Amino acid sequence: MNCAENIRTSFSVLDTLLSEKAGNAAGDMLVASGCPPSAVRLSDVEMDFGGTQAIKRLSLDVKKGEFFSILGPSGCGKTTLLRLISGFLQPTAGQVFINGRNMLSVPSNKRATAMIFQSLALFPFMTVWENVAFGLEARGVGKSERRREAERLLELVALPGYGARMPSELSGGQRQRVAIARALAIKPEVLLLDEPLSALDLKLRQHMRTELRDLQKRTGVTFFYITHDQSEALAMSDRVAVMNAGALQQVGTPQQLYSQPATQFVASFVGETNAIAGVVVSSASGTAVLDGPDGRFTGRCLAGLQPGMRACLYVRPEALNLEANGYENSLPLTMERFDFEGAFAIAKAVVSGGTEPRQISLTISQRNLSEAPAVGAAFRAGFSSQDAIILPDD
Amino acid sequence: MTEIFQRFGKPLGGCFVVLVLLWLAGMVLVPGIFMINSSLRPHLPPPLRGGDQDVYLFDNFAYLINHSNHGQIFLKTVWSSALVTMATLLLCYPVAYWLAQVASKWQMRVMLVLMLVPYLMNEVLRGLAWYIILALAGPLNAGLMALGLLDEPVRWYGDGGVVAGMAYAYVLFMLFPICNAIATLEKDQISAARDLGSSAWRIHWRIVLPHAKVGVATGCVFVFMMAAGSYVAPALLGAPGSRWFTQIVYEWFFEIGNWNRGAAYGVALMAMCLSVVLGLLALFRVNLTSAIK
Repeated sequence: MNCAENIRTSFSVLDTLLSEKAGNAAGDMLVASGCPPSAVRLSDVEMDFGGTQAIKRLSLDVKKGEFFSILGPSGCGKTTLLRLISGFLQPTAGQVFINGRNMLSVPSNKRATAMIFQSLALFPFMTVWENVAFGLEARGVGKSERRREAERLLELVALPGYGARMPSELSGGQRQRVAIARALAIKPEVLLLDEPLSALDLKLRQHMRTELRDLQKRTGVTFFYITHDQSEALAMSDRVAVMNAGALQQVGTPQQLYSQPATQFVASFVGETNAIAGVVVSSASGTAVLDGPDGRFTGRCLAGLQPGMRACLYVRPEALNLEANGYENSLPLTMERFDFEGAFAIAKAVVSGGTEPRQISLTISQRNLSEAPAVGAAFRAGFSSQDAIILPDD
Repeated sequence: MTEIFQRFGKPLGGCFVVLVLLWLAGMVLVPGIFMINSSLRPHLPPPLRGGDQDVYLFDNFAYLINHSNHGQIFLKTVWSSALVTMATLLLCYPVAYWLAQVASKWQMRVMLVLMLVPYLMNEVLRGLAWYIILALAGPLNAGLMALGLLDEPVRWYGDGGVVAGMAYAYVLFMLFPICNAIATLEKDQISAARDLGSSAWRIHWRIVLPHAKVGVATGCVFVFMMAAGSYVAPALLGAPGSRWFTQIVYEWFFEIGNWNRGAAYGVALMAMCLSVVLGLLALFRVNLTSAIK
């Protein structure tokens, strides 16, 4: 059995345990009248580290049972945010609520959260079962019961009989499962995950995405997931918050972030895109016209975009067509090269006649590849105004 | 060994190995054998040495065991050294933890300089400083009396003074090994334990101490050995009634001139130290190589 299969089994068994808990939570929600409180609510939270603002006034609502991800480049403050929720840090201003309870002055060891660390942070001087049962030990559960519970959890993560080993005797994937069992042992309301997949190799990582997603869906435990890998966030999450320089850029479903980015940062950080700079000429009822060195283009826009503003037009590689006829916009290009990806190819082309050479990416499906312009040939790429969005400079 | 040859090459590596062996032989092995040899022989005037009476006996050790006072002083030395070790350990662990995990870089540097400054002075002078502090008309008595905690000055010299002076003299030998050990502890370990609901006490008992045990064992070995073999602090801060075992060894050698009996006393002290060190390492389940590393 290979490692990925191992993990698949572990999660399918894990579900059994967690679905009991989810059932109970659903029951509780029926009893309580009205809206259930958010699993995590941040209200005007700010965090200063000796003069530098790691988190700028930020509010956020994570619903119960949601798979919520924070996506951002490293150093954007996402780990700080996680530490504010887990209680390792106290916000300089604002409040943190977990299940509707204000967490002000509630220390991390009294919060209904469990964290999975990037380094996993297994205790090297304890056996596997002592690691798993550590949270129970701190809660004063007797030794024999702890041992029994640990064995049960280990069985659930497909590591039966591994209890007496030391963490150093396990493989990376096995250690990951021990960390999950250890976090689940304390029956948390919110599971906080700090880039837990970053240490795994690509194949196992992709597999774990699906498994984590399935696990979360079927059990209903709230997952608060931190990552800098956009494909990870888009693949797993119900909702994603994109974060940059200590501030939230946009919160939405993966689909919303991809097709309706609210800022230039989101447009360029989430997925591949092409940017064309210029000045807004006119804007009315959700459509704007941008004029720049590469030509005049029409695209969607958000309220607040005024004529005269400097802005960028963003168009995804798959929205660019090799045929300019029948589209509102067209871009003069010279083909540079093709990167073959299997089902499709990424064509790299340079804007013709521009002041400086800029590269544009186009996705070409396998079927259209034979009709594509040859390398070095000039052509016009067309795109619909519905597929382009114009966003003002910051 | 192969590591040394790989790093320095065969000629230079060989030189190092030979130097270490020479050092071991000249400074440890030969004097040790000499000591054990003379401890087992009777004290004779020079003309009789090597004669019929110069045979191997346990008389010198028997003298120590049967002496009305010396055995007791020996045990007191062991016990007081253990006390010094415990006192420095209790004092150093929180400070080491603070330095290694809590303090900022800037705080750590200031603290280290402040702690090291007194150690730029000679050990005798440091002992003398305590001699002045603990004097009958010294600042400690004056201060305590000014605060109204004492009605009349206390004679601090004696066992208490010796233990205090030694704890001060050897405190850094406890602090640095523990500090080094704790500094290598990943912060996430502490965070994870806290996140799982641990109290501060349990975090130290289950996470920090097991990680630092090699450092703790090393510090304990250092301090115990140095306290048991200390001469200056007991000589300065002791009272007539609080003789240290090293003082008696000194007397046999240099005042009474009975080197054989002095050697026997020295060997007894060495054997005791060795057994305590091995006992400590066994207690902490640390092996000698990892303790040295």
